[in-house]
Amino acid sequence: MIEYALFFSFAAVAIALIINLWRLATGPTVMDRVLAGDTMVVNTIAIIILYGIQNNTAIYFESALLLAMFSFISTVAYCRFVLRGDVIE
Amino acid sequence: MSLGLELLISIAIVIGGVFVLVGSLGLVKLPDLMSRLHGPSKATTLGVGGCLIASMLHFWNLNGHPSIQELLVTLFLFITAPITAHFIAKAHLHTHQHIKTDLPSPQGLYGWSTYERLPKGIKSPAPMSMPAIAHSNESSSDTRGDERPAASS
Repeated sequence: MIEYALFFSFAAVAIALIINLWRLATGPTVMDRVLAGDTMVVNTIAIIILYGIQNNTAIYFESALLLAMFSFISTVAYCRFVLRGDVIE
Repeated sequence: MSLGLELLISIAIVIGGVFVLVGSLGLVKLPDLMSRLHGPSKATTLGVGGCLIASMLHFWNLNGHPSIQELLVTLFLFITAPITAHFIAKAHLHTHQHIKTDLPSPQGLYGWSTYERLPKGIKSPAPMSMPAIAHSNESSSDTRGDERPAASS
């Protein structure tokens, strides 16, 4: 039963990633693109966790944690660059 | 693995996938950025939370002891999602000056605090019951957005 749920969820997250890629390519403003990139990283975390469930290994959680931290820091840095023109003053 | 636990894990996985898809659909379908922020910051975070709950239950059943790493990822995502949304909304408000004139005037004594500083000597924002006064543009802000010419005032 878990296999079918995993197949469904893999398909849903893959469609979500493609949709995010479309928004990343055609976003009208800069902040739209930043938001789409942030969402893509969150979807990547979801797909990494699902892959870990499928392969019965807990070895991918460190990468998921690292991706979460990098997504937060990069989004804040982008927003700060747009707001102030500099990341660290 | 018992059938009940398997059913629970499968439901959590499906809920996670559906919410991730709904969040990204909202990112595409909604008209402007302030609406688009709702999808990723709420629905996608909840979807990843569902996937993490499923993973937590699965590895608890597999290894016999609960692991703390999933909880750490969940906590980190749920703490940072509102901060990210707040930063993106603030950057959007300051890069588009025409939004400033379209915003409704807040009900306190002063204008929006992201555009104006409080007057000197005031420590806290005015309570909501005070009558509204049209906010002035003469007080300066420390953000770069205010250095650009305002659309109108």
